[in-house]
Amino acid sequence: MSTMKIRILLAKPGLDGHDRGAKVLARSFRDAGFEVIYTGCHQSPEQIASIAIQEDVDVVGLSCLSGAHRYLFPEVAKLLKEREAEDIIVIGGGIIPEQDMPALYEAGLKGIFTPGTTLDSIVAWVHANVTPRA
Amino acid sequence: MVELSEKVLAGNIRAASRLIRNLEDQIPDTNAAMRELFTTTGESHVIGITGAPGAGKSTLTDELIAALRKKDKSIGVLAVDPTSPFSGGAILGDRIRMLRHSEDKEVFVRSLATRGSMGGLSKAVGEGILVMEALGKEKVIVETCGVGQQEVDIINHAHTVIVVLVPGMGDDIQAIKAGLMEIADIFVINKADRDGAAKLYQEVLNVVAMSKKNSDSTDDCWTIPILKIEGVLPPQEFAKSVEALSNKIEEHYQYLVKSNRLAERKRRKRKAELNEALWATIFQPVLHELNANGQMEKMVDQLLNREVDPYTLAEEVAQRYMKK
Repeated sequence: MSTMKIRILLAKPGLDGHDRGAKVLARSFRDAGFEVIYTGCHQSPEQIASIAIQEDVDVVGLSCLSGAHRYLFPEVAKLLKEREAEDIIVIGGGIIPEQDMPALYEAGLKGIFTPGTTLDSIVAWVHANVTPRA
Repeated sequence: MVELSEKVLAGNIRAASRLIRNLEDQIPDTNAAMRELFTTTGESHVIGITGAPGAGKSTLTDELIAALRKKDKSIGVLAVDPTSPFSGGAILGDRIRMLRHSEDKEVFVRSLATRGSMGGLSKAVGEGILVMEALGKEKVIVETCGVGQQEVDIINHAHTVIVVLVPGMGDDIQAIKAGLMEIADIFVINKADRDGAAKLYQEVLNVVAMSKKNSDSTDDCWTIPILKIEGVLPPQEFAKSVEALSNKIEEHYQYLVKSNRLAERKRRKRKAELNEALWATIFQPVLHELNANGQMEKMVDQLLNREVDPYTLAEEVAQRYMKK
């Protein structure tokens, strides 16, 4: 009788204030039946980690267009690990150069989505890779 | 499960958040954890904030958290947003306005979706309050999603209800209809710099003047305050006007304690909890079974073909499941 739902936190860390893409993605996730916790722009990795824990999300989706992904994305993954929440899957999107990807995966990110990725394929990725409340 | 409740009682946020999620997802056996927590609950002051979408509830909540933190209260917030009737998904966006508290260890904010409830709150909200109480939160703020006129579930769960209004809500007949306008312990007229604020104030004043709570002749009556907050205030003045609100909330709580009305409200809250538990234990499994074995659709077919009426079907189902 249970009705499990995938819960996703969508956040924009750092100084980047362009959140149209994140909002479009939030809506796609909503239409896919997920519960999306949307926090808007300008958060610190600490804020994002602590919100992810308070909201008991399955996935943290980070969006960054400013070039600071190399610091911000791994930092979120690290903080989640420190708080014994490494089971929360971290994914990232935005302007991410190909050569930065290995380091991000190394840091614990499970998926990286760059411009041109279709919304449907991101939703499909979540369905394929996320079991609610793993 | 029992392990989960132990962790909650020890103040573990991750466990509390997981327990709330179990309640939302209706995971079997969550009752066991709640049973353990129940005896530790019932001490928090529950504050409900309700009003139309866009009335400014989240921004008020954020400032209210700040005001209560100045008084050194530990705070739990449940922020409710609507579930899509089509996809079952939801965008829970009230945290956007509460980011400055996200690292304060004494503030636990949890977003909830309505998940198809009609009065604006899901069963998990009432239970979420209990979890917040078990965590030892002195003040629990429930920010309802702005579903409008019939959003009155909150009175069953909150001790102090704040109704947030903004100018432009309609004519004076709206103000005397049943529902939202009746449930306020405190009115806030937000964005009071806008056109129509004076008229709205007058209408709310009339509502308050005729309110039953006011006509109790004795001195233990509560005069429903109407606070005006302007939308364009600079941050410090905004903080000051919300501090006035937080003082009124405290005053109301003291009034509830002194007048013994708190006992009434607690009774109402317990009754709502029992009602919800009964619904989940008796009615929901029946619905679930009828849906799962295809009988629901069969009955709908019968209705479409006008072979039978819904009253007969309901009686048949009742007879099957209820043994008197």
